[in-house]
Amino acid sequence: MSWPRLSLLASILTVLIGTLLGLGAYTFYYAEGLSYMSNDPAVCTNCHIMNDELASYSKSGHHHVAVCNDCHLPHFLPSKLLAKARNGYNHSKAFTLQDFHEPILIGPKNAEILQENCVRCHENLVHDAILVPAGGAQEAQLCIHCHRNVGHAPIH
Amino acid sequence: MTTSPINAPKRRWRITLLILIFLVACAIAGVAYLLTSVFQHKMEAKNPYLRFVEVTENTTDPEPWGINWPREYDQYKKTVTPTKTNFGGGDAGITTEKAVTFPFLTRMFAGYAFSLDYRDRRGHAYMLLDQEHTRRVTDRPQPGSCLNCHTSITPTYRRLGDGDVQAGFVKLCMLPYQQAHDEVVKTGSLNATWNGTTQQLKHVDGAHPVSCLDCHDPQSMRLRVTRPAFINGIKALKKHEGIEDYDPNRDATRQEMRSYVCAQCHVNYYCGPKIPLLFPWGNGVQVQEVEAYYENFKFPPDPKTGEQHRFYDFIHSETGAEILKARHPEFETWSQGIHARSGVTCADCHMPYTRFGAMKVSDHWVRSPLLMVNNSCQQCHQYPEEEIKARVHIIQTRNFDLLQRAGKSCTDMLDAVKIVRAPFDEANRPAADDKAKAKLAADEAFAKLSPEEQTKKLQSTAQSILNDLWAANVAKTPELHALGELHRKAQWRLDYVAAENSMGFHAPQETARILGESIDYFRQAQLAAQKLAPPPH
Repeated sequence: MSWPRLSLLASILTVLIGTLLGLGAYTFYYAEGLSYMSNDPAVCTNCHIMNDELASYSKSGHHHVAVCNDCHLPHFLPSKLLAKARNGYNHSKAFTLQDFHEPILIGPKNAEILQENCVRCHENLVHDAILVPAGGAQEAQLCIHCHRNVGHAPIH
Repeated sequence: MTTSPINAPKRRWRITLLILIFLVACAIAGVAYLLTSVFQHKMEAKNPYLRFVEVTENTTDPEPWGINWPREYDQYKKTVTPTKTNFGGGDAGITTEKAVTFPFLTRMFAGYAFSLDYRDRRGHAYMLLDQEHTRRVTDRPQPGSCLNCHTSITPTYRRLGDGDVQAGFVKLCMLPYQQAHDEVVKTGSLNATWNGTTQQLKHVDGAHPVSCLDCHDPQSMRLRVTRPAFINGIKALKKHEGIEDYDPNRDATRQEMRSYVCAQCHVNYYCGPKIPLLFPWGNGVQVQEVEAYYENFKFPPDPKTGEQHRFYDFIHSETGAEILKARHPEFETWSQGIHARSGVTCADCHMPYTRFGAMKVSDHWVRSPLLMVNNSCQQCHQYPEEEIKARVHIIQTRNFDLLQRAGKSCTDMLDAVKIVRAPFDEANRPAADDKAKAKLAADEAFAKLSPEEQTKKLQSTAQSILNDLWAANVAKTPELHALGELHRKAQWRLDYVAAENSMGFHAPQETARILGESIDYFRQAQLAAQKLAPPPH
């Protein structure tokens, strides 16, 4: 059996890597990849599935003091980036493969982040009421158990 | 072929390169897939619909609309599917008589067409077919009013009223049913047809069940209400609440419209020969408010006597009372419940959003939320599906039991009145028999009947004469009249719950209150009857 020449293979690989880089860059641009580095709530409706959340958030009691990321992501930079990456991966996988549970429900990890953020701002007011420290909180102690629609109506 | 040791590293390089090429090619394919997926979702969200064909104010046929809005149309067509929940719907084919589950209904409607044929509900697609075939319409004369809600009718109103929908509505309501039906068929639909590359609108005869046009503006697809009876009714209701000149198409919020479009038909109404279809909302929509409205409502003067009689639907053939018929007050009952209070509309539960890719479409397969708990209830109530169903079951079972109990109080009262009436019937039967004979002697059709049929006809005619005599007796005897009034109040309430489609779920506490009052009035009537009963021999 005769093998293709090494230089030919190297050229093919080079072209393919170039194609991948170009196509990847364009897809990133077309899917507004850079916008995900921002803090703008409108970014969360890039894939339209959060339209109702954004609409009700913009009428909610929190819209002038917090954006999506303030409640849904940690505030310590490395954890924030990690959470962004984890959620970004999960969301794009779910939306591309269309295989997620509807109505969309918050997962335990994200609920924990949310709880920490409620407490971060409201600690002075609620420190007596928090029986279990944030992080180890059980479902019953989550602020959103009762204050379900403080951020946006539960339309999902 | 043998390989020299010198070539071995080169070969390894080649293999590595080939593997890399393969991997990069796979990655490119993956990115390309992602790109097209992003593109597809962007396009889905960009163009919620494409308007391929023209639809107009006269396109009552939903099929052309279905070309532009295939998702909604496909779901709408699914309303032919038989569905069944614990207390509603049925298997394929025509649904069962309600009297099978609620035997008291037959006696409760004695003297009224509802005692002939009164079946459980089916999907939207059947509304016209079922109306055309019910014995209430085939065996008894009915007014054109009935068609207001069973067919897509606004273009017919516009045609009959020479452009004035309100005038056409009044005109059609007062026509006999069959004649009104013919008018709707004659109006037909204006459908787009293609002639090469140009589009033409062509008239096609035919009547259609509820259609796109009834709730959507054909230009903007905006929600709107079209049926005059609702527009008049809601105007009167808002006036009662202190708002003058209310126009739902101008003044209602989008969320309100998501209930109002349904309330065009899913309400209690008067549908009879004396006046055009009426939504009796001038005094509010609670059961006692509608009752008070009816109490003060006078029919137009009788052409013979000039008398303006107070409102009633039929004279009960057993008690002679002037009875009010309640018709499925879904909108009214919902408005008294916690869901209405929380701003949840009909469409939120019965037409919840379903997702097609990046698009969300409100489900036009209108049906019980119990058949789609995850899309409907779970949007707000985040509990397991079984838990939600169990809660609904508890509410509905309690209502069902109380409803049957109220039905028992109804038949107990009717039995008590029977005893009061017995001596009257005995005294007047010979005269009624003579009158029936005299009446039928002049009837040519009667002479052609077989002897058995003649006897049957004679008996039923005599009975109906006797019922009329008893009713006249009730009207002029104060004690009997008072008894009849209790029957009227009691049955209005029982029927209000029995006719409503939700088995109490739309407003459980309100429904229980109404049934409680109903049982009380029936038992009061029964006690009054027992006092009037002749002493036992």
